[in-house]
Amino acid sequence: MNRIARRTLFLALACLSCATLADTVTVVTSFPKELTAAYKKAYEAKYPNDKLEVLNKNTAAGIAYVREQPPGSRPEVFWVSAPDAFEVLSSGKLLTRIGIGDPALPQKIGNYPVNDPEGYYRGQALAGYGLMWNTRYLKANNLPEPKEWADLVKPVYFGHLAISSPSRSGTTHLTVETILQAEGWNRGWEQLLAICGNSAAITERSFGVPDGVSNGQFGIGLVIDFFGLAAKNSGMPVEFVYPSQTAIVPANIGLIEGARSPDAGRRFIDFTLSEEGQMLLLDPKISRLPVLPSVYAKAPAGYPNPFTGKIQAKVNFDSNLSESRYYVVLSLFDQMITFRHKELVATQKEIHEAEKRLGGRPSAPLAEAKKLALLPAIDERQAADRKLLELFKANKADAAASQAKARVEEEWAAKIKANYTRAAELAKSAR
Amino acid sequence: MSRGNSAIAVVALAIAAFLVVFLIVPIGTVIHTAFADGQGGYTFAHFVAFNEISLMRESFANSLFVAGMTVALASLIAVPLAYLTMRFEFRGALLIQTLGVLPLVMPAFVGAAAMQLLFGRSGSVNLLLNDTFGITLPLMSGLNGVVFVETLHYFPFILLNLSAALANIDSSMEEAAQNLGAHGWRLFRKVVFPLALPGYLAGASLVFIKVFDDLGTPLVLNVTNMLAPQAYLRVTSIGLEDPIGYVVCVILVLFSVAAMAGAWWFVRRRDYALVSRGGTRAPVRRLTAWQAALAYGWIGGVLLLVLSPHLGLLLMSLFKVWSFSVLPEHFTFDHYFTVFDDSARMIWNTFLYCGLAALVDVALGTAIAYIVLRTTLPGRQLLDHFVTVALAMPGLVLGIGYLRTFRGVELPGGEALTASWVIFVLAYAIRRLPYALRSCMAALTQVHPALEEAAQNLGAGRWRTVRRVVIPLMTGGILAGFVTSFITAAAEISETMLLTSRESLAPMSYGIYLYFQSIAGRGPGAALGVIAVVLVALGTYLSHRLVAANAQHRQGARE
Repeated sequence: MNRIARRTLFLALACLSCATLADTVTVVTSFPKELTAAYKKAYEAKYPNDKLEVLNKNTAAGIAYVREQPPGSRPEVFWVSAPDAFEVLSSGKLLTRIGIGDPALPQKIGNYPVNDPEGYYRGQALAGYGLMWNTRYLKANNLPEPKEWADLVKPVYFGHLAISSPSRSGTTHLTVETILQAEGWNRGWEQLLAICGNSAAITERSFGVPDGVSNGQFGIGLVIDFFGLAAKNSGMPVEFVYPSQTAIVPANIGLIEGARSPDAGRRFIDFTLSEEGQMLLLDPKISRLPVLPSVYAKAPAGYPNPFTGKIQAKVNFDSNLSESRYYVVLSLFDQMITFRHKELVATQKEIHEAEKRLGGRPSAPLAEAKKLALLPAIDERQAADRKLLELFKANKADAAASQAKARVEEEWAAKIKANYTRAAELAKSAR
Repeated sequence: MSRGNSAIAVVALAIAAFLVVFLIVPIGTVIHTAFADGQGGYTFAHFVAFNEISLMRESFANSLFVAGMTVALASLIAVPLAYLTMRFEFRGALLIQTLGVLPLVMPAFVGAAAMQLLFGRSGSVNLLLNDTFGITLPLMSGLNGVVFVETLHYFPFILLNLSAALANIDSSMEEAAQNLGAHGWRLFRKVVFPLALPGYLAGASLVFIKVFDDLGTPLVLNVTNMLAPQAYLRVTSIGLEDPIGYVVCVILVLFSVAAMAGAWWFVRRRDYALVSRGGTRAPVRRLTAWQAALAYGWIGGVLLLVLSPHLGLLLMSLFKVWSFSVLPEHFTFDHYFTVFDDSARMIWNTFLYCGLAALVDVALGTAIAYIVLRTTLPGRQLLDHFVTVALAMPGLVLGIGYLRTFRGVELPGGEALTASWVIFVLAYAIRRLPYALRSCMAALTQVHPALEEAAQNLGAGRWRTVRRVVIPLMTGGILAGFVTSFITAAAEISETMLLTSRESLAPMSYGIYLYFQSIAGRGPGAALGVIAVVLVALGTYLSHRLVAANAQHRQGARE
């Protein structure tokens, strides 16, 4: 009897202690279900006492969520692509310093630090931007395979491209900024306007582009690499290339300050950075680039490896510049492209037709039309204007600032609309 | 007797308190926040700000356009169908019945993904059209896609309501018109349709509200420049403090209430009363040969369209690759294994939330029906009115209201109410209560009070009568109410997306949405969708059987 009682007590205590040992790691992430499911399975197998809980939110919603929780009951881990999100969190004192990791590992990819030099967040995977296309679509429409951003301005691609709006997708913003930094302000916008003029749609979400390309709604899309690689590796008839003017940036992971169980959070972060955790990225359905160079040795043949210099990241991405003009670039893109897409496409169509009609003969009105149609609403000097940048960064609740901002935007919109109309008329008149 | 009455008053008060806390207060909070200036006063500034944001103006116009177009197109499908089946000799009643239910067994957004592959820019239909005629139709691009998907999903509301109205028109009116020489189009336009207008308007206003409030369909189709997605994005990404999100909510509420009240007012304004009603059924006419061909062709076409999302979803769930081809390739069951591996929890969650919510609904529904129909409690109609409010309330608004109102409220045990599964049960129960209540009311109306009087004469107290006589006689209606609540809650997405705070809490509808966010997730998402459709279809079939069995039972009892 006594023995049974003792045993029961022991069992009860054991249960109690395992109950207290069992930690829940809550992860706020924008990553898709197949990725989180793989990490959940592997992590819980390795640490059977821990439970992984996923909060799937887009980047902005994730930041808002973390901010609204009181310290002590916040989730443990923040894990998204956009590097600026971590800057926002760390400037809001919402991240715990976790150190810069193993100094023997490469600390930079191109010009970009893999881990936060301050040690607040770490790179967990690498991502580059590139072109994804549907091979069947291209074949059916007799389109050549593109190699570079610049290829996409060709008339042959008119109506076959897709891109998402940078104001709705952080990854597209990085692509846009990469092109602007690679080509310079004026030539960059020229290229962007011409590409968007060839686009069938400016999708509302970044996922709209790879989704549309993989099911054949669009021919070619500007996407982040894992969208393209994952679609290809899951058997879709798509291809993906990195153009030479691309930037490779890390997708990061960080420990949230004021989390319920920081130790468990730390355990999960270490797991994602371990060789075991990095190997999971190679899953065909996930197809992301690990930050651990040794993992590539175990990758299937042909897996892109950013550490060999095979992906030429020629652009030295300047994140300070990008951050300083962030809102101005977003708004310019929306005013010139997203909200005026119909007019932009109509103008580009007139220009393409005029070029065909003239068959390469020089024409002053056509040259003028091309110049007008691809002119950004403000030049680089105006875009770097301190006052303008301040205006766009101002608090949204500040009514006067938001009215002033709205006036500037209306001004741009009016100017651009007039340019498109004039350019279309000029192109039509070119004989 | 007086003890019984005061007990009933206590029950009525408890129900009223429940409805106030979980329906009226959250909506009040949303409206209050839209007008609050932050210093305890009221202001229109947020509405002015809303009006100054071009994206908001555009979203507003788009939402109106989509809802209006959907009503117009749904009418185009539903009105001929209803007229054909109710006024002509027609062998296809079963087909029409199927038509009326099929779209509703699946949330609209689930079908949207499949429709993209069938009718999209390089979907099956356009590929075939392009091969044969060299043309493509922009059926799924932008707002067109939303209108197309919503039309196919919601036209049954008009079909069912209009059919019911047509069945109630006294045949003498039509005969009189025919004797005076009206026939064909003129007869329909001048006599039949005006008489059936109340039914039509009830259906059309319901379609308008549903489309105006739908969140899942635009999001799955990558359309965010509409009001409901904007409210969702504002509240989730800028935070619960953002006033613009609440302004959108108030607009959604206003339009919902206006659409319902407008339909009601329009019907009330004119006198639709007939001297005799429901007497003889209108005579069915014969279709000429070519008319019959046209009618069957129309119905066949509509049936094919209506079935296409279901078929597309099934194909998506069973094949690995579907890209730029008429039909998918590489047959596989893997997607189903993935779902059972990773997401069995979601299926269980759906059963838990919707089952408990439906239980709450029939309990409340039975109690309210009894209080309203069988007692003389002062103010008892108020309960009924509260429940009607729930019918007009967009799910998105209620969801936002819950998050805002119950922020910081903890359950015993320290878990936040808004982060626990209890919130789903509450939200589903409130929104689905009108369906359950209608069902319970109908069931109780059919129970003759004489039966209760007889029981009481034999010495049974009030509770005993309710327990042993009333509830057993209402069983069919209660069960039907349970199933209706259950299946409509299982297909809910607007509230669900707002209230799902972590993945382990997610029900199936959210799971499908989550899977649809990645390319590799399309197949498993479709598989989960098929499972949901099968479950809901089974439920619907069951409830129809129950209602039919109940009606038969009653008929038998009366004879």
